[in-house]
Formats: sequence, structure tokens, C-alpha cells
Amino acid sequence: MTAAVTTRRKPRGNIALSVVAILLSVVVFLVPFAFILLTAVKSRQEASRLDFSWPTQFQFVQNFVDVVQARDYMLIIAFINSTILTVASVAILVVLSAMVAFVLQRRRTRWTGLINFLVLSGLIIPPAVVPTIWVLQRLGLFRTMPGLILIEVAFGLSFCILLFRAFIATIPRELDEAAVIDGAGPLRLFFRVILPLLRSVIITVVVVQSVTVFNDFVNPLYFLPGDQNATVQLTLYNFSSAYSTQYNLLFMDILLITVPPLIMFLFFNKRIVAGMTAGAVKG
Amino acid sequence: MATDTVRRAARERANASGPAPAGRKRSPYPSWFYLPAAIVYAVLFLVPTVTSFYFSLTRWSIFDSQFIGFDNYVTFFREPALVSGLWHTVVYAVVTSGLKVVLGLGLAVLLTSQIVGRGYLRSVVFFPVLVSTIGVGLTFTILLDPEEGLINESLALIGIQGPGWLTDPSYALMSVALVDVWKGVGLATLIYIAGIVSIPQEYFEAARVDGATAWQNFVKIVLPLARPATFTVILLSLIGGLRSFDLIWAMTRGGPGFTSDVIASVIYKQYQAGFYGLSTAGNVVLFLLVTAIIFPLSRYLNSKEVDL
Repeated sequence: MTAAVTTRRKPRGNIALSVVAILLSVVVFLVPFAFILLTAVKSRQEASRLDFSWPTQFQFVQNFVDVVQARDYMLIIAFINSTILTVASVAILVVLSAMVAFVLQRRRTRWTGLINFLVLSGLIIPPAVVPTIWVLQRLGLFRTMPGLILIEVAFGLSFCILLFRAFIATIPRELDEAAVIDGAGPLRLFFRVILPLLRSVIITVVVVQSVTVFNDFVNPLYFLPGDQNATVQLTLYNFSSAYSTQYNLLFMDILLITVPPLIMFLFFNKRIVAGMTAGAVKG
Repeated sequence: MATDTVRRAARERANASGPAPAGRKRSPYPSWFYLPAAIVYAVLFLVPTVTSFYFSLTRWSIFDSQFIGFDNYVTFFREPALVSGLWHTVVYAVVTSGLKVVLGLGLAVLLTSQIVGRGYLRSVVFFPVLVSTIGVGLTFTILLDPEEGLINESLALIGIQGPGWLTDPSYALMSVALVDVWKGVGLATLIYIAGIVSIPQEYFEAARVDGATAWQNFVKIVLPLARPATFTVILLSLIGGLRSFDLIWAMTRGGPGFTSDVIASVIYKQYQAGFYGLSTAGNVVLFLLVTAIIFPLSRYLNSKEVDL
């Protein structure tokens, strides 16, 4: 990954360039995050000035408790809801899309072209909102967590199938044949032989999809509306209108919601990069 | 040949552990593996997509629908606020994806060169991609505040009177687009880095022997050979830009007036107002717009693919 493109350069110019780049990156990318952090620990009056300044008094604990307790511990409920949503939908996604990708990669039939087309369509076509609500309503799943979980699964399938298919193509078929001769049925072959080999790509899918589902705002907004079952993104959005005068609490909320992706980033940086750049290099 | 060896090995193993169960002559790749995913996908994605064409022709209250022909589309295209949403969607998508291509490529070239703090720079540029869009939107709404916002206060320090980024009708859409680029450029950069790194070093060595300058390297080697990355960035950011909703909704809610409304926000507003048929018509318009742009474009780009 670290192969250098222009290896011969004057070190002088490089250092000047580096300094400029780092300074720019601080101003453009770090200052907004520092602003979130600083405002989140300020007192209410100080935060309301919207300054980029060092807080005169730190109220981290106080603001944290206030945000968590707001509206009957709604943030806690939202975090629980978001966790359930993320874990359930990602788990289902991994199994279902790996199964599809496995058969799709291994067996060519006259349906393969159609299925590939459908997978690509899922990536490109924007979902039709109200008709989806209509379908959910008919199934009795509108405004329910299982409904939203299935929605996230349906909308995430395409991306996961493509990632899995590319990876399964690198697993030799001989392995399948050996397992079959050993008497493994399709289920055993898939769950006992293939799935364990997919470990690294599964981690990628899990991390990338978790961040996507956790950060999803549109689908909960449409398919799980209301304050009762809100996910964290919805609560944050609702906070923004309720706390238009308490910026310290608003930014504490933003800060808390940024923590899970940050943890994912710190631990799985490489995997995320692998997943997100999968389409860049063909072949 | 390798197959045979493995087969033989497998046979021997099978013999050692007793006879294999009576093998049915069925494929180890059964079609029913498609089934669970296919059901979810068909019921929650295909059915709504297909029925949206019918429902867009009705007056609809979820429970019953009344066929009214093309009235919804007539309403949609007669209402200037809705038509401008269509235009804004295209502008927003083109501007964001154009900027992501240019900035992403520039950053990727910078971040694959010998530069101090490369790892730090890569992380910092990429991290916003993972942050909640709503969080980014709310933060920048405050940073872009016309009087008290950090950005205009900083501009005032160097004597520039910053505009009302989100409150001035002529700037609102572009301001949101810039924040979108801020958040999304990291992904474009990553894709370009992957593309540039995969270019064989021999090209650069040959160019050095020929005495090529850095600029020639860029134009004659990086640009053509990173073309697959360019296509990916263009397609991904166009797809994202055409349907983008959450950032716009978090920052301006389509305002001031309707000056930053895009189709996706129109769909939501009509849905909220209870005009389900009209909302679905908006969805069909978005569908047609996306397919009219993306499918031909991806076909064209794929046909121009070069082999390394």
C-alpha cells in the first residue's frame, strides 16, 4: 500500500509541502472536530457564543449526564435500538449475501445474467419510499424494528454480494469438490468449508455495513418514525430542534454518536479501506 | 491436474473414514441458496420499485388508491418549486462528483508521494466518511452561521465579509455541496490511492530513464492508468449525489424557500404532507433520472476501460 510514486524528489521541497499539507489538514479537517469536542464540554452560556475557544470551565460529566437523562433517557434507548438494528441487520446480511455470492460465483446458469443485473440495480436505483411503506404496512411490519431490520438487509444486499463474490472467486473450486467427495452436502460445504475461509472479507463487510447502518438516517426516518423507537441518528436530529439554545448538549450528543465509528476506525482501519476501495482496481 | 490430486486425496480420506453417504446427484451449489435473500429483496425492493409506477398515477392514501392518470406528473412539472428541485439535484450531483474527482485525485497523488505525516494525513482525510451525516450537517450549520459562525468570524479577521452561506438563496445549495465534498472526499482519495498504488513501478522507472518531469508523470502515466479509479469515483459520487437527502435535510431542509430542495427532499416533503401519489411520482422521476444518467454512463465508461 505504501509504494511511492515519485521516489526521487528533493527532500527540501518535500518538507515544505508536508508542512503546508499538515497545516491545511488541521484547519480543514481537525478544527471542526475540535470545535465539536470543545463545545461539548462548555457551559451553556459559553457554548451559545459559538466561539472556537478554550472553555473556561469544563463540564464534561455534567453535560454527559444531562444529555443521557434528557427526555427520560431517550439517548440510552436510542443507543440500544441502534445496536439491535445494526447487529441484527448486519448478521442477516452477512449470511444471506454470502450464500447468494457463493452460488452466483460458482454456478453459471441462464439466470446468472439476470441476477447480476438485479444486484447492480440494487446499488444504483433509489428505493421507492411510499410503496415500501405500503408493503410494510401490508405485512404488519411498518413502524416495527423487524421491519426496519429487513429494510436495511434488502438495501444492503447488493454491496455485500459484490464484495463476497469477488472474494469467493479467489477460493479454489477444488476445495468444494474435495468436500463434496467427502460427503458434505451443500449446507455443510457452505457453512463448514466456505464460510470460515471468508473470515477476512466478513470482517470487512461487518465493519463497513455496521458503520453504514449505524449512521443511516433516511430509513429510520421513513420506516421507524416516532420518538418511542428512535435510533441515534433520529434522536440527534430531534435534539437539534429541541436544543437550539443548548449547544453544549447538542454537541455532546454529536460527540457521543461519533464515538462508535471512531472505535471502528481505530481498530479496523485497514478492513474499512479494503472494503471501500474494492471497486477501484478491476481484475 | 491439481484437481486430480485433490480428488485422489479426498477419496483416500473418504475411504479412511468409512464410506461416504449415498451421494445424491445434486449440485453442491443449490438454487435455493438464493431464496432467503431473493424473498427479502423482491418483497422490500423490487415490488415497491415496480408498483411505484402504478401508484404514481393515483391519488393515494396508503389504504386505497384512485387512478388519476398523469395528474401527479402534471402537478410536479407545473410547480416551479418542484421543477427547480430536479435541476438542483443534477447540479448538486455534478458539482459534488466533479469536486471529488479533482480533489480526490490531487490528494491521492499527494498522499502517495514521499511526504512527512502520510499516515496521519490519510486518516484525517478519510475519517469524516465514517461520521454521521446528521452530525456533520448540524456541526457545519453552526460553523457556517452568518454572524457568529466560526467560518465567517475567521474571514472577518482577514477583512472578508463572508456571505450568509446557508441563509442566502444563491449560496445555500453550493454550501451544502461543499460540506458534502468535505465529508466524502476521503472516499474518493482512498479509491484513487488504491488505483495509483496498483500502477506497476516499471512505468515510473522507464519515465525516469527518459527524464520525465513530475507533471509529465502525472499526465502520461497516473491519469490514464488510474482511469478505473476515476470511473468508480464518478459513478459512486453521482449515485450518491443524485439521491442525497440527509445532509441537505440536516442543514437547510431545502430552504431558504425552495432554493436547496432536491428531488429526495421533495419526496419527503410531499410524503409528510400526505400527498403519497405525488411523492411516489417524485420517486419515479428520480428513478428515471438516475437510470438515464447512470446506466449509459457506466456502459460508456466500461467500454473505455484500459488494460494494464
